Amino acid sequence: MLFKSLNKVTLALVMTLFLGACATQQATTTTKGEDAYTGTETVKFLADGVPDRVFFSTNKSELTSAATTTLGKQATYLKANPTLNVVLEGHADERGTREYNLALGERRATAAKNYLISNGVAANRIKVISYGKEKPANPASNVLAWSQNRRTVTVKTN
Amino acid sequence: MKYKIFTILALFFILTAKSFALVSVDITRGNLDPLPTAISDFYLDSKLGDNIKKLQLESKIPELIQNNLSRSGLFFALEKKSFIQRPEPAHNKPRFEDWAFIKTQVLVTGKISLEKEGRLRVEFKLWDVVSATELSALAFYTTPDNWRRVSHMISDKIYERLTGEKGYFDSRIIFVSETGPKVDRKKRLAIMDQDGYGVKYLTLGNELVLTPRFSPASQHVTYMSYFKNLPRVYLLNIETGIQDLVGDFPGMTFAPRFSPDGKKIIMSFAQEGNSDIYTMDIKTRVVEKLTDNPSIDTSPSYSPDGSYIAFNSDRSGFQQIYTMKSDGTNVKRISFGEGLYGTPVWSPRGDLIAFTKLYRNKFYIGVMRSDGSGERLLTENYYQEAPSWAPNGRVLVFYRETPSDSSGRGGGAKLWSIDLTGYNERLIQTPTDASDPSWSGLLSGK
Repeated sequence: MLFKSLNKVTLALVMTLFLGACATQQATTTTKGEDAYTGTETVKFLADGVPDRVFFSTNKSELTSAATTTLGKQATYLKANPTLNVVLEGHADERGTREYNLALGERRATAAKNYLISNGVAANRIKVISYGKEKPANPASNVLAWSQNRRTVTVKTN
Repeated sequence: MKYKIFTILALFFILTAKSFALVSVDITRGNLDPLPTAISDFYLDSKLGDNIKKLQLESKIPELIQNNLSRSGLFFALEKKSFIQRPEPAHNKPRFEDWAFIKTQVLVTGKISLEKEGRLRVEFKLWDVVSATELSALAFYTTPDNWRRVSHMISDKIYERLTGEKGYFDSRIIFVSETGPKVDRKKRLAIMDQDGYGVKYLTLGNELVLTPRFSPASQHVTYMSYFKNLPRVYLLNIETGIQDLVGDFPGMTFAPRFSPDGKKIIMSFAQEGNSDIYTMDIKTRVVEKLTDNPSIDTSPSYSPDGSYIAFNSDRSGFQQIYTMKSDGTNVKRISFGEGLYGTPVWSPRGDLIAFTKLYRNKFYIGVMRSDGSGERLLTENYYQEAPSWAPNGRVLVFYRETPSDSSGRGGGAKLWSIDLTGYNERLIQTPTDASDPSWSGLLSGK
C-alpha cells in the first residue's frame, strides 16, 4: 500500500516535469498532472447540448469531472431514446507504443461505458472498440492535438 | 589478416559488454575500421547462352554481395575500377601481390556456369590476401531468376567465415505499408527481402492491419486486423494466402507473437478495461490464460528456448517490462530506469531483451540483459519503437516517425536498422511509409 502510494507520487512528479515544458492554454495542467483537453474544438454532438466525446489525461483512463458531466448528458439522452445503440471508440495519442495504446484505448472506452451503465443505460446497448493511436482526430504533432486525441467518442450505430 | 578480423571481433565484444549509465546514449555513428574487401566480378563460363549472358549476373551477383557486406558496417568494399587482375584468372589463381597492392585484405571471386535443365552453378571463393590462402569455396545450384537468393546466401557464408557469427542476409522483413493522410491512413501488410528489394503486398488495404510477426518455424505470419471492424489476431499463410481467426474471444485480441517452436500464438485479450496475456495452441486451439492482473499486460515475447516470457505491464502505475516463466508464474519486474518502457523483444541469442523507452519526451531503442541489468540505449529520436531482431541477434530493425506540422502534414514513418553496438544506423528504403517491422529467421535454415 505504501509502495503503491509512493508510485502515485512519483507519477505525479514525472507528469509535472513532463508537462512543465509543454503546457498550452487548452490542455489544462493542474498540480495533479492532469492534462485532459477542456476545449470544444473537434467535439461533435449526438443531439442538442449532448457532446459526443470525453477527454483523458496522458496515460490515464480515469474520467475527469468534465467527462462525467458529458457522459451524464449522454446517459439522459440515451434513456430518452431507448432504441438507440452506441459504440464507444477509445483512442490514445501518438506518443506511446502501439500495443500499449490499443489496451489504453480499450480501458478508456470501458471507463465511459461503465459510467453510462451506472447511470441507467442498459449494457447491451453499448459496445466498445479501441483504435489505439490509429485514428487521430487532430493529425498535428503537438500537445494540443495529443490532448484532443486522448478521447472516447460515442457513436450511434442505428 | 587474422589479426584484423580478431580486432573487429574484439571491438564487437567490448562494445557489447560495455554498460552505459542510464540515458547516456551511445549514438556515435563512427566507423569500426571496416575490413577492406575486394569483390571481383564473377566470370561467365563461355558455354552460357545469350539469354543468360544478358542478365549480367557476373556483375549483379557481386554487386548485391557488396551491398550486403557494406550495409553490415563491418566491411569496406574497394572500387572495382582499381582491380588489376581479370575475374577469370583471379578466381582460378589469384595473383595476391596485385590484390595486396590495392590494399585489400579479403578477395571474393566467382564463376557462373550452366548445369542441366537451364539451371546455373554459382561458385564463389573467399581469399585471404595477406596470407595468400583460400578461406572457403562453395557452389550453389539455382534457376537464373533466383540469383538474389544465391547472392544473399553467399553473403552469409562470407560474413560467417570472417566474423565467426551466423549471417542474416538470406532473410525477409514483414511490415505495414502506410499511405494516405494521418486521419485516414491506409495500412497494408507487405513483405520484402531484408535489403528492401522485392516488396509484395499481402493485403489490399480495405481494413486496418497492425503488428505482423513471422513464425520462426513456418511460412505463417500472425498479425492484428480490423476485419469487419472487429479488432482480432489472425494467422496468415503467406504461401497460400489463407487466413484464420486466432481463437474465439468476445473482445479485442492484439499484440500477437509466435512461440519459438511456432506451435502457439501468445497475445493480449482486452475485456472490461483489462488486458491480460493468453496463449492459443494453433493445432488444438486450446487457450491458456497466463496473467491475471487488473492492469494492462501486453507485448509478450518468448525467450528463444520457450521457457520465459517478457511482457509489458503498467501494474506498478506505469509501463514497465516484466518477465515470467512460460506457465505464468514467477513474475518479476526487470526495468527500473527512469521513464516508461515498452515492447520487450527477446534476442534470438537469448542473452538480451530489446525495448522501447520513453524518457523526457524522447523515444529510445535499447537493450538490457534478461534480468534487467546492463541497460544500454542505442538510439534516441522524436519517436521510434517496435524493435525486431535480425536472425543472428546482431542487428535490430525498428520504425521511426517524424512529427507532422500544425496542419497535420509532413509526418511519416520509415524503417531503420541499427547494430547492437549502437553503430551503423541505416534507413531501409521502402516504396511507401512503413512501420511495425518483423525480421524472419534465415530462410535457408540453420
